[in-house]
Amino acid sequence: MAIADPRPVIDVPRPRESLSELLARQGTGFWVVVVLLLVMPALANPFWLVQIVAYAMILGMIALSLMFLGGYGGIVSLVQMTVAAFAAYLVAILGDSAITQISMKWPWWMAVPVAVVLATAFGTLSGALSVRTEGIYTIMITLAIASAFYYLCLQNYTIFNGFSGFNGVLPPVFLGVNWGESIPFYYLALVCTALSYWAVVYCARAPFGLALQGTRDNPRRMAALGFDVVAHRIAAYAFASVIAAFAGVLLVWYQRQVSPGTAGIGPVVDILIIAVVGGLSRPIGPFVGALVYVVLRTFSLDLLTAAGLDGRRYQLVIGAGFLAIVLFSPDGLVGIWQRLRERHRRSREAKAAEMRIGGGEP
Amino acid sequence: MSALPTRDGLAAAGSANALELRGVSRLFGALAALSDITLSVRPGERRAVLGSNGAGKTTLFNCITGDFAPSSGVIRFFGEDVTAFPPQERIRRGLRRTYQISSLFTGLSVIDNVYLACRGVSRNRFSLRRPRRDDTLSHAAQSLVDAVHLTAVKDRLVGELAYGQQRQLEIALALSGAPRFILFDEPAAGLSPTERRDLVHILTSLPAHIGYIIIEHDMDVALRVVESVTMMHNGRIFKEGPPAEIESDPEVQELYLGGAHG
Repeated sequence: MAIADPRPVIDVPRPRESLSELLARQGTGFWVVVVLLLVMPALANPFWLVQIVAYAMILGMIALSLMFLGGYGGIVSLVQMTVAAFAAYLVAILGDSAITQISMKWPWWMAVPVAVVLATAFGTLSGALSVRTEGIYTIMITLAIASAFYYLCLQNYTIFNGFSGFNGVLPPVFLGVNWGESIPFYYLALVCTALSYWAVVYCARAPFGLALQGTRDNPRRMAALGFDVVAHRIAAYAFASVIAAFAGVLLVWYQRQVSPGTAGIGPVVDILIIAVVGGLSRPIGPFVGALVYVVLRTFSLDLLTAAGLDGRRYQLVIGAGFLAIVLFSPDGLVGIWQRLRERHRRSREAKAAEMRIGGGEP
Repeated sequence: MSALPTRDGLAAAGSANALELRGVSRLFGALAALSDITLSVRPGERRAVLGSNGAGKTTLFNCITGDFAPSSGVIRFFGEDVTAFPPQERIRRGLRRTYQISSLFTGLSVIDNVYLACRGVSRNRFSLRRPRRDDTLSHAAQSLVDAVHLTAVKDRLVGELAYGQQRQLEIALALSGAPRFILFDEPAAGLSPTERRDLVHILTSLPAHIGYIIIEHDMDVALRVVESVTMMHNGRIFKEGPPAEIESDPEVQELYLGGAHG
């Protein structure tokens, strides 16, 4: 499978740099996207803002946590969606929801940190269980944990409220802003996304990230250099779980409910699809994948109906898209983009070389 | 800090052998890859382990570094019983090794490979702080790259290097930190005559306190860089002595030298 051997572009430890250097180092494309995201509320209606872009950013964060493990650590974990769902459940259970007999009505500033810490502990523990295995066995163990959590939510009524889960989970109101409204919620998701993206990019270049990439390339040699490979992998799970847990908090505020369906096998696999379609080689990949996924999911119904087909077959479109991308580009959409850019650069260089040769002749 | 030798380890190091194996055996199913190996190497001593293919030389290295646990026996490193230690704990105590088949991080640059090796035996292996260019470890990495003549290619990806350069990088990784004892597994394999001369130069100019064991089929390299030789055959130690004696031993000639050329 294409995810077996992801080889991200390696980030070299760099000396610290000034702001202007930082601005120049990121290409113009990067700054266009930043500006676009910042002014998005002026351009898009609330539907696009929240249902498409913010939702894609939340799913992207969960997929980013998988990209960090998979791309830098060579670990394919299916437990990331479960970590997010666990955090979502905890926000509903500890905080406020319509299920008043269970929810403990803690204020959000207590419920959210506790939810993130517990979900991170859960993700780290899952990692500790699966980390001594490789490849397909990691997938199997994490899948088993994910299904166990799903059935626990489905069948436990005292804590998880069984099939119906929790509804009426409202985003908080603080600093005089109702963070459930479209524009504040969009900016909240944007800030969380930007922070988690930056954290992954930064960490990949730090000694910890570099060592993680070493354990991916050659775990035995890493041990022979004095590294504790197992401890590094568990630490990577912990780091990824923090991101997934924050995404879970956003997810429950976005959906305003959480139920076993949030943690089901479908969503668990969807996260893997998002990460692979986007590309496991770069932190931007999961967000590209999530955007494509959300857009396809939202509009394929209309598209299929317009084409005279049954609109309920939207999964078919997503499946076909997934297949096409994995077949043609093992490193996802980001990989296609990189190859196009590389080809463009090469043809430009070739042209420049031709010009030089041409110019050299009398 | 577990990375440093314990006080007992240090106290014992004054008198103890750098490496001491007592009755070490390793079984793979019914096959005894090593049987009852007893071996002592003094601090700073340089020794060759010779023997035909399948004699158990690399298995011996794997037991010493902890890649495999021995089936029985005791391994002491500078007086400290390291038999049950995982590889990283032995490495942090000053043991190093190179691999017969280059075992590098092909997706990383040369300098990053060496930097990782320096980082592995230092503190803050989990550090999230990015190194500055004037950082001590970056400095150490840079001088190791210089020491093995790879300065010109330090930013290239290791996967793109020529074979001989990869072998040199193997040695640089083994020299990182403060090595006290190194295991070289066929460092000359596949090298050109010039590269072999460079290798001999690198080995003979190592600081005197660093001892090593070298597995090497090329007698010209092996016998020029060591003061003692251990011959292995079918997982057992067959003969020990200074290079000249081993070279002229008729049994050795028949078993190993004769066999290799016949």
